[in-house]
Amino acid sequence: MQVNFKLNGTPVVVDVEPRMHLADCLRDELRQTGTHLGCEHGACGACTVIVDGAAVRACLMLAVQAEGSSIVTVEGLSTEEALTPLQTAFRKHHALQCGFCTPGMLTTAHALLTDEPDADGDRIRAVLSGNLCRCTGYIPIIDAVLDARAAYRKSDKR
Amino acid sequence: MIGTNRYIGSPVERIEDLRFLRGRGEFVGDLKSEGMLHAAILRSPIAHGRIRGLDSAAARAIPGVRDVIAAAEIGAVPTIPLRLLPLPGTERFLQPVIATGRLRYVGEPIAVVLADSAARAEDGVGAIVLDVEELPPVADRRVSGRHEILLFEESGTNLAMTFTGVLGDAEAAFRDAPYVRRECFEVQRHTALPMEPRGLLAEWDSTQQRMTVLGAAKVPFFNRDTLAAMLGLAPASVDLIENDVGGGFGARGEFYPEDFLIPFAARHVGRPVRWLEDRREHLTAMNHARQADCEVEIACRRDGTILGMRGEIFVDLGAYVRTNGLIQPRTLAQCFSGPYRVPNLHMVVRALLTNKTPSGTYRGPGRYEASFFCERLIELAAVDLGLDSAEMRRRNLIGAAEMPYKLARLEPGGAAVDTECDGGDYGEVLERCLVEFGWEEKRTLQGQLIDGRYHGIAVACFIEGAGAGPKETARLELTPDGTVAVYVGSAAVGQGLETVMAQVAADTLGMPIDLVRVFHGSTPYLNEGYGAFASRSTVLGGSAVYEGAKSLLEKIRGAAAARLGGPPDDIELVDGRARTRDGRSLSFADLAADGLRVDATFQNNNKLTYTYGSAVAHVAVDLGTGQVEVLDFLVVEDVGRIVNPLTLHGQAIGGVVQGLGGAFMENLVYDANGQLLTGTLADYLIPTASDFPRIRAIALENHPSPSNPLGVKGAGEGPIIPVGGLIANAIGNALASFGATPNQLPLSPARVWRMGAEASVENLGKNARAEPVSDAAGPGRSQIRR
Repeated sequence: MQVNFKLNGTPVVVDVEPRMHLADCLRDELRQTGTHLGCEHGACGACTVIVDGAAVRACLMLAVQAEGSSIVTVEGLSTEEALTPLQTAFRKHHALQCGFCTPGMLTTAHALLTDEPDADGDRIRAVLSGNLCRCTGYIPIIDAVLDARAAYRKSDKR
Repeated sequence: MIGTNRYIGSPVERIEDLRFLRGRGEFVGDLKSEGMLHAAILRSPIAHGRIRGLDSAAARAIPGVRDVIAAAEIGAVPTIPLRLLPLPGTERFLQPVIATGRLRYVGEPIAVVLADSAARAEDGVGAIVLDVEELPPVADRRVSGRHEILLFEESGTNLAMTFTGVLGDAEAAFRDAPYVRRECFEVQRHTALPMEPRGLLAEWDSTQQRMTVLGAAKVPFFNRDTLAAMLGLAPASVDLIENDVGGGFGARGEFYPEDFLIPFAARHVGRPVRWLEDRREHLTAMNHARQADCEVEIACRRDGTILGMRGEIFVDLGAYVRTNGLIQPRTLAQCFSGPYRVPNLHMVVRALLTNKTPSGTYRGPGRYEASFFCERLIELAAVDLGLDSAEMRRRNLIGAAEMPYKLARLEPGGAAVDTECDGGDYGEVLERCLVEFGWEEKRTLQGQLIDGRYHGIAVACFIEGAGAGPKETARLELTPDGTVAVYVGSAAVGQGLETVMAQVAADTLGMPIDLVRVFHGSTPYLNEGYGAFASRSTVLGGSAVYEGAKSLLEKIRGAAAARLGGPPDDIELVDGRARTRDGRSLSFADLAADGLRVDATFQNNNKLTYTYGSAVAHVAVDLGTGQVEVLDFLVVEDVGRIVNPLTLHGQAIGGVVQGLGGAFMENLVYDANGQLLTGTLADYLIPTASDFPRIRAIALENHPSPSNPLGVKGAGEGPIIPVGGLIANAIGNALASFGATPNQLPLSPARVWRMGAEASVENLGKNARAEPVSDAAGPGRSQIRR
């Protein structure tokens, strides 16, 4: 089936089997491999992407369901030049080790701070509790997201 | 150290982060190869049985399915050799790379389906008709120990190995001791669970007769040699390539059946083959760990001085002895007493086979379990003898003046495998930990009901034997672009190896860190390498890079002196240039034309480093729900020397939280038929961001390691080690008035609730804590001779 959507601002057309989930579509068909698959049953959050502003598990959404939507992946949150404030905060706080869960952490945190730039520690922990990390113990991740809030307050949110 | 030493000891932000944060890491699942087929694996649906028939016709008929490979297609099916402790007798229990008739655990590979897409390959797996005869399963170690149902009839036993750890004369010590106590404890089966499942991409070059396997991790050189032997190729004809690796923790990177099956399949069909494990598969196929139970005893003087420990420990090893499967039972026997002076010790560890996924190492293998057993015993003794928990440990820690301190003699093994604590001041770290925590003030909370919850505190001490040998290799060379290329035999599993190695090289060569390029883990780089296990990379890899950088420094000085004139000693290296005293200089790029290159090896003669530390916890127990909140957790360790405080701190916090997962929630549950009941991440729970928000870690460098030039000690595992015992003791202390004995992990809400409920009923109308009884010291009983 043919599906049309916007990926990181660029319109894409892709031909997929109806059973293909969005993460496989992004990774295998569109070669955007920053979106990682850690469980394929919606438990780990590594494959989180932003669909029309909402953090969504790309392993629980079929590619065909993306028709007409606008999708942002970790690649879309990055620039060639400097790291973004959220990425800079992750690096500063050593909020990643193996880096496998990191794309999902970044997309989830970005979606949260875009909507709620004043989210407190409890709120951030609650939202990120859907993203599993086995390396860091989470504490530096929460510190990094707290630290990045300032950048979301200053900028025009949408 | 040479030079101005700007990087070592500084919180250098990681080089790796720049790609990971942009989604540009390159994990094995991100790779594709022209003409690649996808593999999916049919696995045993039963715990114990025989294959009567396998019909793949329907699978082969599915469009897109290209081949099905089972034992018949492989011919002579190799078994997987042990990487560590290949002791006589174990060859009877090695795992064949594919089931050859007998099925011994749910998840054992039976056939590999190759197809144009992963989905088609899975369709193919579903279409294979498998006919099996079920045999009664050996579902736990107790059934195993009866040796009535055997996993390997020809061996006549389910006992894979017995280890004994001995110090002094335990029998005499117990005979004369004024206080003894015996208890049973149990640690549940759990697993490392890296976030990236495993994966492999194998490419066979039929013209060159070369095999290339991407997705290697941990020990690529050993695995290269193993694979080459199985494929009948020279090691030089096999390359293992390490890509970005999403966590290891001991489990990833050992040689598993798939490490043969996927390369074999690629050669068999003459096309590249990629296999990506899914999570359900991961939970039955990758090494499990930790499962052990015991009946152990402690003997003390009335002042709390430990006279001896002894007992019997049973390890539920699973269906086969895998590459490093004997490390856990070995460590339980040899290192049971941890950092404590236990002059008389006799610990027998029996590793028994069961129809479950085979087990291997997981961060702090054997040490986590031993610490749980040992710390529980010590705590119970302290309570019985009326001693403060901290004072009990203070009295029994190995003293600085006793260093080096020899741990138990191990059999089989003998003097050749002796190990000793290498130095330091264990008491110093304990005192620091107690002060930072405020032990004396918090003691008043012990067992108190505050805000509806019972509060408890506990302290535990640990050692981390790490930096296993025998050696590591490195090569450094100047490149024409002015960078220094550092090749090291260590492997990266997500721990920040590139940054740490670059720090060591840059400091030694007096150059900016961004001009150092680190290459690691892949076999083409070096002739030999040893990889990443036992927290060895910084110790051995770092030392090899340091030695290599020193040699390269001399070469650079010599070459620069030859070109600029004057003696080499007058050349100094500053910011990537070689400079004479009068200010004339050459860049590294200029000097690269001289072909400056060194090979270095660092040997440690198998002398382990011993990081040591203490940890304290404060918990609040809600008996209405069984929920335990960790209000404070602090670990203090002396790691000898810190290369990067950021990555070190990350290891400590991450390790503690993994340990809390094992203490509270992680549990691989099997039913009586040997079926795994926790095959998804909705069933197998690991800590999340909201579970343990208050963890603190302090690292000291008061006592550098005497065994390597950097003074570093392995530090990737220490803080996980004490967590189980510490949490159990804190909960036990919180619920002391109920006579609760948290002797089994995990301390899930259900188990904690039950402890409170059962104790409430038992103790109804009775005094709080049961008095020590003076008759026979059976399990759960203590004996004080008056």
